[in-house]
Amino acid sequence: MQPVEPPDAIASLDANLVVDNLSALYGKRLALEGVNLAFPSKAITALIGPSGCGKTTLLRCLNRIHETANLGTVSGRVLLDGQDIYAPEVNPVAVRRRVGMVFQRANPFPTMTIRENVVSGLRFAVGVRSPQHLNEAAERVLRLAFLWDEVKDKLNRPGVSISGGQQQRLCIARALASDPDVLLMDEATSALDPIATAQIEELMVSLAGRYTIVAVTHNMQQAARVSEYTALLLAAEDRVGRLVEFGDTQQMFTKPKDRRTEDYITGRFG
Amino acid sequence: MAGRRLKSAFGVVVAATCSGIAASTLLIIFGYVVVQGISAINLPFLLEVPRPVGVTGGGVANGIVGSLLIVGIAGILATPVGVLTGIFLALFGRGALAEGIRFLADVLAGVPSIAIGLFAYTLFVAPFRHFSGLSASVAFAILMLPIIIRTAEEAIRSVPSTVREGALALGMSVYSATVKVILPAARPAIVTGLLLAIARVTGETAPLLFTAFGSQFWELNPNNPMAELALQVFTYAISPYDDWHRQAWAGALVLISVVFLINFFARFALRTRFS
Repeated sequence: MQPVEPPDAIASLDANLVVDNLSALYGKRLALEGVNLAFPSKAITALIGPSGCGKTTLLRCLNRIHETANLGTVSGRVLLDGQDIYAPEVNPVAVRRRVGMVFQRANPFPTMTIRENVVSGLRFAVGVRSPQHLNEAAERVLRLAFLWDEVKDKLNRPGVSISGGQQQRLCIARALASDPDVLLMDEATSALDPIATAQIEELMVSLAGRYTIVAVTHNMQQAARVSEYTALLLAAEDRVGRLVEFGDTQQMFTKPKDRRTEDYITGRFG
Repeated sequence: MAGRRLKSAFGVVVAATCSGIAASTLLIIFGYVVVQGISAINLPFLLEVPRPVGVTGGGVANGIVGSLLIVGIAGILATPVGVLTGIFLALFGRGALAEGIRFLADVLAGVPSIAIGLFAYTLFVAPFRHFSGLSASVAFAILMLPIIIRTAEEAIRSVPSTVREGALALGMSVYSATVKVILPAARPAIVTGLLLAIARVTGETAPLLFTAFGSQFWELNPNNPMAELALQVFTYAISPYDDWHRQAWAGALVLISVVFLINFFARFALRTRFS
C-alpha cells in the first residue's frame, strides 16, 4: 500500500483516518472533488462550510453510507488505520461497525424500546446474543452518553418517547455500543434547543479522548467551542465542493491562511 | 367582498352536501340490511346447515365456515407473494423490471373479478373435472395480490429513510436492516393492507360461481365444492322462496358486519406498538 502524504500542517499528528484524493458523485454530478485530509486520532475535527459545499457528502463517504443512496459513487481512498475502506475486498458493513454515525435528526428505531435501540447494533450487526452482555453494554454506553441517570428507570419505554435531545444522546449511545474507532456526527445538534445542544457538545468533548470524532456543523461557534481541528469546504461556481483549508481550530479562526477562509469566517460570503 | 364570502359559503355547502351523501349511502345500505335481515338472525341461522327447499329454518353455518376457509387459504397464498413483492418494489424498485411489476399489479387490480374466476376455473376446475374451495381460494388470492403489493410497498416506503440509514450506519446488513428495523416499523400498515384485501374479497361473489360452486352440506375439505356465505346470499336472493329471501337478507347482514369489523380492526392495527 502506498503511504499517504498528509497535509503538512499536521504531518506530525497521529491520524487513524486519512482521506486521499477523494471525489464523490451523485449519478453523473460531481459533489466533492480531490479532498486530501487526515483526521487526528482521538480528537474532534469540525467540517464547516456553507450549504451545498459537500461537507455532509464527505462525512457520508467516511463510513460508505454515501453509496447506499441516490446512485452515490466514490473515487479515491479512505484509510482507516492504514487500510483502504474502499478496497475491493472490504465489506462496507464491516466498515460501518468501526465507524459509527449520528444523524442530523435523532432516528431511534420506532418499534424498539430504549434498551433495544441501544443494543440494536450489537444484536443485529455484531450478533451478540447474551442478554447479560447486552444489558451491561447498554448501561456502559448510556453512561458514556450521559443518559443513564435519565433513562435507567424506563429502559423498556419506547425510544421515541424521550425528548429530542435525549433521543440524540440515545443515538450516540447506540453508535458507541459496538465500540467503533471513529464517530461521525452530521449536524447532530441542528434540530435541538440550546440546552440540549450544550449537553451534546459537552458529551462530544468528553468522548473526544476515546474516539476520533468528525463533526459536520454549519454553526461556526460550535466548531470553535468543541473542535480541536477544523476543515473548511467551499463549493466554487461549478457547485463542486473542495477542501479549502485544514488546521488547528484556534489558528483557523484567528489567523486563517487562506483568504477564502477569512472571508467565510468573518461572514463575507457563504 | 360579499361576493367572495358568498362563493366560499356556497362551496362549503356543496362540499358538505356531497360528504353527507357519501357517508349516508353506507348508513342507508347498512340500515336497510339490518331492518330486513335482523329478524331472520338467530342461533340456528348461525349454527345450522341449510334445510331442503320447502322446510323452513336451517342456517348458513356451512357458508360461514366455508368463507373462513376459502378466504383464509387465499390469504395464506397471497400474503407471502404480495408482501415480498412489496418489499422488492419499495427497497429495490428502480428500473424497468420494477416499473413493469407495478404496472401489472395496477392492471390486475382492475381486472373484473368474474374474469379472474374464469381463469381459476380454467386452471383449477376444468382439468380436475370438479369444483373446489381451493380453486376459489386461488381466484381470491389473485384478487388480493395487487392490494397487498401496493399497500406493502407504500408501508415500507413510508418508513423514513433516516431509519433505514440509521440501521445501515450501525453496520447491519441490508437483510438485517430490512428484517429487524424496517419491516417491524412498516408492519402495522402491512397488516392493514392484508385486512383490507381480506375485506375486499369477503364480499366477492362472482369468482365463486364456477369455482367454489356452493354446497348445501358441511364441507370442510377444500378439494370439494364448498358453501360460501356471499354465494349463499346470491343463491337465496334469486330463489323464489320467501324463507330463503329472509335468509339472504340475514346472510347479507352477517357479511356486511364482518366486513365492517375487518375494516375496524384494520384501522386499529394502524396504531403502532408505540404511538
